[in-house]
Amino acid sequence: MTTIDSTTRPAVLGDGAIGSFSAAVADWATSTDHKKIGRLFAGCGLVSLAGYAVLGLLLALERAAASETVLPENSLVQLFQAHRIGMIFDGLLPLTLGLAIAVVPMQLGARSIAFARLALTSFYLWLGGIVLIGISLIGNGGINGGNAQMVDLFLAGHGLMLLGLIAAAVSVATTVLTTRAPGMTMRRIPFLSWAALVQALGMLIALPVMFGMVVYLFIDLRNASLVFSGPDAIGDELGAFLTQPLTFVFALTAIGVLAEVAPVAFGRRHPLRQVVFAGLALVGVGAFASVALRSTFLVDFGGASEDIVPDLVLLGVFLGLPLLGALIVLLLVGAVARGAKPRLTSPLIFSTLGTLMILVGMLGTVLHSVADLELVGTVFEEAALVYVVYGALLAGIGGLIHWSPKLSGRIVAERKVLPLAGLGLIATVLASFPHYIAGFLGQPAAAGVYSGVDGAGIWNTAVLVGHGLMALTVLASIVAMVTGERAEPSQTNHWCAHTLEWTLPSPAPADNFAALPTVTSAEPELDQTPMSEGSNS
Amino acid sequence: MTVALPAGPAPAPRRQIFVGTTLAGVGIVMLIGGMSTLWLRVRDGVVSAGERFPVDYIIPEVATNVMLMTIGALCLFAQWAVYSARRGDRAHTGLALGVVLVMGIAFINAQAFVYSQMGMPLAETSYATLFYALTGTMTAIVIGGLVLTVVAAFRSLGGRDRDFEIVSAHALLWYFIAAAYAVVWFVVYVTK
Repeated sequence: MTTIDSTTRPAVLGDGAIGSFSAAVADWATSTDHKKIGRLFAGCGLVSLAGYAVLGLLLALERAAASETVLPENSLVQLFQAHRIGMIFDGLLPLTLGLAIAVVPMQLGARSIAFARLALTSFYLWLGGIVLIGISLIGNGGINGGNAQMVDLFLAGHGLMLLGLIAAAVSVATTVLTTRAPGMTMRRIPFLSWAALVQALGMLIALPVMFGMVVYLFIDLRNASLVFSGPDAIGDELGAFLTQPLTFVFALTAIGVLAEVAPVAFGRRHPLRQVVFAGLALVGVGAFASVALRSTFLVDFGGASEDIVPDLVLLGVFLGLPLLGALIVLLLVGAVARGAKPRLTSPLIFSTLGTLMILVGMLGTVLHSVADLELVGTVFEEAALVYVVYGALLAGIGGLIHWSPKLSGRIVAERKVLPLAGLGLIATVLASFPHYIAGFLGQPAAAGVYSGVDGAGIWNTAVLVGHGLMALTVLASIVAMVTGERAEPSQTNHWCAHTLEWTLPSPAPADNFAALPTVTSAEPELDQTPMSEGSNS
Repeated sequence: MTVALPAGPAPAPRRQIFVGTTLAGVGIVMLIGGMSTLWLRVRDGVVSAGERFPVDYIIPEVATNVMLMTIGALCLFAQWAVYSARRGDRAHTGLALGVVLVMGIAFINAQAFVYSQMGMPLAETSYATLFYALTGTMTAIVIGGLVLTVVAAFRSLGGRDRDFEIVSAHALLWYFIAAAYAVVWFVVYVTK
C-alpha cells in the first residue's frame, strides 16, 4: 500500500479574472503537491520574518528612546513576547520546514511527500495556532497576560501550532526514511535531506515535551492556578523551548543549504560527506537540552571547583557539540574549495554568510553561559537568538534562490540578489552585535526596564537600523524571487548541480518524476556529466 | 549538458505507514515522558515539604492494575491480528481487531471508574490538576489508538486483506501506548 498522493488535479476553470483567481486560490489552498505546501510554509515564514524585523525595529526604537515611550506602555510585554515567539515559530521554523517539504522529495527521487494530506493539514494547524496566539497577544494574553481568557487562548494556540509542527516533522522524516529512489542509500542522500531528517527528528523529540507542558499549563491556569504561579509561570515552563539551543535545531535545514550548495558552486564532489553528516547530526544534539527543560547551562569559574566539571560537561554536550557541528560544516566548505575554480553564486554567498551568523549566535550562547561574565538577564541572550534566526533566514533565502527554478520555474537574477546578501549581513550584525556589547554593559532584557544604562543608547540605535535593513533585505529578496526570469522547461540544471531534482523540468511537475530514477552515487547528475571526477560514493 | 537518467525498477515497498507510526510513537513516548518528569518534579517539592501526595484521596489500585494488564493483553491481540493478516486469514484478523477494540474501550471504562471512585474535583488541589492532565492525555492517546484500530479493521474487512501494513503499524502503536501507560502507571499509581 502507499500513502503517496500523486493525483494531478485538473485545473478548475473560472470565468474571467475573478474565476481564475478563485480557482488558483482553491488550488493552492487544497493542493497536496509538496512544492506548494512547502512554498506556503516558506512564504509565510519569509513574510512573517519581514514583519517581525519591523517589530524589532519598533522595540529597538523604544529602547533607544529610553526616557520616552514610543509604543503603548501596557502592551510592551506582549510585543516583546510576540517578537520572540514570532521569530522562532512564525518565521524560522516555517521557513526551514517549508524548504524541506518543498525540496526534499525531489532530491530523493520521490513522486510526492509521505502523508501529503497530513503535510497540508499541518500547515493549517500551524497557521490556525499562530493566528490564535496573535489574537491572544492583542487581547492582553500571553506570558504575564492580564486577561485570563486570552492567556488560555494563547496556550490553546500553542497547542494547535505544536500539533501542526509535529505532524509536519513526521511527514518530512518519513519521506527521507521511506521514499528514496532505488539505489539511494542513506549514505547517498543529499545534505539538505539529511539536515531536514535530523531537524525533523529533533522536533519530534522536543516539541511533544513542549506540548505536554502546554497541556499542564492550560488545565492549571483554567482551574485556580494551583500548580503554577499564574500566567507568569508560562515563561519559566516554556522558556527552554523559546531560546537556544533548540533554535539551533530549527535552523538545521538552513545550515544544510550551505553543505548542499558549496560542492555545486565549486563544481566538485564533497570529499568528506560522512563528516558533514556527522556535523549536521551534532547540531541536532541541541534538541535534548529542551527535553531536559534547560535553557541555560551556567558555568561559574569563580565558584566551587567540584561544580565546574559537571557544569562544563553539560555546557559541552548541549552547546559545545552543536557549535562544533556547525563549525565542521562551515570549515569543510574550505575542503571542497581547495584547488577548485571558485564560482561565487548567490546561494553560496547567502548560505555561507547565514551559517557564519548562526555560528556567531552559537558562540554568543556559549559566552552567555559563563556566569562570571554576568550576562544572564541582559540583552545578550536576545542578540544570540537574533543572530541564529537572521542567519538561518539568510541561508534560507539562499536555498529558495537556489531551488527557485524547480519550485516556481523562475531564475533569480544574480545581479539583483548578490547585493542583498551583503545588506543581509550588515543587517544581521547591526541587529545583534550591538546588543552583545549592551549585554556587557548590563542592559537588562526585560521589557520596560531598560532605561538608565549608560552608553547603551548608541547600541540600541544601531539595532534599530539593523532590523530595518533586514526587513528591507527580506522584502527585496521576495520581489527578486517573484520577478525572476521564467526558465525554459528544458533548462533543467541551471546551477550545474549534482542531485536528482536537477533532472526535472523547470518548474518541476506535480508528480515530480514520470519514471523512478536509479541512483548509483551520491551525485547522480554529476555522474552524467562528461569528464566528471571519480565517484566517492 | 545534462543527460536524462535511466528509469529504474519499481522500488521495494518501504512500509511508509509503519515508519510514520513509529515516529508518532516516539512523539507519544516523549509527550508522556515529559509530562511524567514534571509530575515527579512537583511531587518532589510536595514530599520534600513533608506532605502527602495525594492528600485525602484514595486511588482504586485494583482498577489501575487491571488497566495495565488490559493494555498488555491488548498488545497480544493486536499482534494476533498481524499474524492473521499476514496469512490472509480475514476472519481471525477481524476477530483480533474486534477484541482489541473491546479491550481499549474497557481501558477507557476503567479510567472513568477511577475518576468516579476518586471523586476528586479538578480545581481543588495541585494534585488533581496534574492527575487529570496526565491521565486525561493518556486516555486521549488510547482513543487515538482505537481510531487506528477501527481504520485498520475497516480496511482489512473491506477486502484489502493483503494490505496488512496498517495492521502491523496499528500493533506497533499499541506497543508504544502500552509503554507510555506503564510509565504513567508507575509514576501516578505506584509512586504516587
